Amino acid sequence: MSDTSVTDRIKRDLADNDVVLYMKGTPVFPQCGFSAAVVQVLTNMGVKFKGIDILTDPTLRQGIKDFTSWPTIPQLYVKGEFVGGCDIVREMFQSGELQQMLQTKGIAVKVAPPA
Amino acid sequence: MIVAEAIRTKLTEALKPARLDIVDESHKHAGHAGSRPEGETHFRLIVVAAAFAGKSRVERQRMIHRLLEAELAQRIHALSLATLTPDEANAAATGS
Repeated sequence: MSDTSVTDRIKRDLADNDVVLYMKGTPVFPQCGFSAAVVQVLTNMGVKFKGIDILTDPTLRQGIKDFTSWPTIPQLYVKGEFVGGCDIVREMFQSGELQQMLQTKGIAVKVAPPA
Repeated sequence: MIVAEAIRTKLTEALKPARLDIVDESHKHAGHAGSRPEGETHFRLIVVAAAFAGKSRVERQRMIHRLLEAELAQRIHALSLATLTPDEANAAATGS
């Protein structure tokens, strides 16, 4: 079931980038509203992240779901750790937990003016 | 309503929720990837259950994913979840 080369690739991407978003489409052209919402949250906070488009690679699309045992996309990772999907990211952003968590992990966050 | 009924039955049995809202949002995604002419592919759930107490957001959603494993594999393309304990739901309702 789990393809070692895909798993290796995921692990490498997570090791090389502090903030990684597995998404449908790219940060500039998201192909799904849920992915777009997470991109918006990260952009809003001024967080640098690597967006990885799973639509271009069916093995990765399944691989990332197996890797975290999480059935849906998008998936946000910070310092190699799975944070959640769209609902969780949005909830954490609204409550301020996301900003706090990122800062705790040493990731620069722009303090956004109240919306 | 087959999928919505399955969701209701499974979550009610396992979580005994104080509140369970199942909103079928498939119509909003008509023609998108994962949509079907017969609908029931995109759902938003609000689940209020004491069973979530002491569990992280990821753990709560995983509980639901596990219960709906078959539906997620076969039919559901998108599942948006709000998972609250009764206390959290009350706090949200009173705006505190």
